[in-house]
Amino acid sequence: MQQLTLSVFQPGVLISLAVIGVGLALLLRWTLQGREVDRRVIFAFIFVSVATPVLFPITFEVKATPIAKALFEKIESLPEGTKVMISYDFDPAMAPEVLPMANAVVRHCFQKNHKLVFIAIWATGQSLLNQTLQQVVAVEFPEKQQGIDWCNLGYKAGNEGVMNVIVTNLKKMFPTDVNSTPLEQIEILEGIQSCRDFALIVSLGGGQPGPKEWILYVGDPGNVPIGAGTAAVSAPQLYAYYPKQLIGLLGGVKGAAEYEFELMQKYERFKSVDAPGIRMMGPQTLAHVVIIAFIMLGNVAYLRTRRKKGGAA
Amino acid sequence: MKRQVPLLITLFVGTLLIVSVFVPPLEGMQENSTLFFDIIAVFAFFLGGGNLIRIHLTKVARKKGDWEYSLVTLFGFLLMLSSGLFKIGNPGDIAAAVDTPGSWFQTIFFYMMSPLNSTMYALLAFFVASASYRAFRAKNREATILLVSAFIILLGQTPFGTMLTSWMPDKFSVLEIPNMAVWVMSSPNLAGQRAILIGIGLGVVGMSLRIILGIERTYLGEDKG
Repeated sequence: MQQLTLSVFQPGVLISLAVIGVGLALLLRWTLQGREVDRRVIFAFIFVSVATPVLFPITFEVKATPIAKALFEKIESLPEGTKVMISYDFDPAMAPEVLPMANAVVRHCFQKNHKLVFIAIWATGQSLLNQTLQQVVAVEFPEKQQGIDWCNLGYKAGNEGVMNVIVTNLKKMFPTDVNSTPLEQIEILEGIQSCRDFALIVSLGGGQPGPKEWILYVGDPGNVPIGAGTAAVSAPQLYAYYPKQLIGLLGGVKGAAEYEFELMQKYERFKSVDAPGIRMMGPQTLAHVVIIAFIMLGNVAYLRTRRKKGGAA
Repeated sequence: MKRQVPLLITLFVGTLLIVSVFVPPLEGMQENSTLFFDIIAVFAFFLGGGNLIRIHLTKVARKKGDWEYSLVTLFGFLLMLSSGLFKIGNPGDIAAAVDTPGSWFQTIFFYMMSPLNSTMYALLAFFVASASYRAFRAKNREATILLVSAFIILLGQTPFGTMLTSWMPDKFSVLEIPNMAVWVMSSPNLAGQRAILIGIGLGVVGMSLRIILGIERTYLGEDKG
């Protein structure tokens, strides 16, 4: 599923592993002496395990899992000029996980010359969408014109209610775009009456409303393919809809990294762009390893206590 | 009368919306009802905003405990409200998008709300680690299964998991950690999630019918149906 090219001679790896390894060994000794680890020590370890790979980057080569690759392949297979809707349904808390995948999906769509219609069901989504427009679209695809290649319908309050309406009538909820331009005057929206006229809808978010609601209120009743990118904590809930109701899913930083990696493999131009998903795999990997180590320490402490109690009895 | 009118409204609207799903010419009813809901919800914004101002103003005026935080809340609320609603500090006109690049609204969002929100969420990593240390203990069979699943998923989410089992021959590839993580997610997790979803779905249908038929009346402020 995944491939890993990790050099242990990278300074970041050496420093991180040395600091964490020595610390954990000391803690194991501490635990074997029958003492519990203070939570502040755990906090310090998590800090070190996240900070060191940020300061000394560790890079991994990640290959996409089938569920992530399915979304990539779907976008890849759509004919040029296909109209795709992308919904920004997340807040700044989820942004470190979800924004990298949003940027990667937008890059991929524009690379394939698809037409993008952006909306936001979360109030914070509209501002985060601006980050994509400023940092990705304006910089990497300056030739793409607003109104012709993409348009931004902005945020609309109403949560699932908005979806319930736009599945049959887009203009009823979005009479204008974010700049108050009537939808009739936007070239990209010619022939678009509702969400049913899009070849694909990608929902990016991990809360409610999010990908699940897009499936329930738009994907199923409107027979529209839905793809999703979500925070890692929400991903397990969406597996139930894959592959029939959900064509593909990017879960957390790993999902973002997998998509970025696929993009780099397929298109040479993206090898030089920033890939925060891949970059964040270093801190995530070390943090996970540290958490696993602490779970082990916890069990050592527990078994020791139980044996002691058993002996006393 | 006080009880019967809301019950009749619920019965009428509920029945109409159910019928509109199955009768295509009535599809517009659903859209209109959603729009009515949105219009009514706008008043909740006024109510919520007004309530927030009233509570925090009272707290500041009476100098109750931690009144300084209330001052910050009021300042933040009014600043965002004025820059968003009246487009103060927005380079565009009143019809421009609230988050036009360079606007106060966008600047405050990017440089204050966004980092603060991300910081709060990032703190979870510390608490998750601490909670895992204390909670994930093999105290019984169920806890051990949970512990093993957590191990597989945690390792499967990282390339480190691949590294640990990449030496395995192809015929044992099912035992590689990433493959085991995929199995946990797509088999036991999927079965559990689907069971929960179907259960919730049936529960929602049952509860909705009880409300529409007037059997469930707790929403009217009654204790018994």
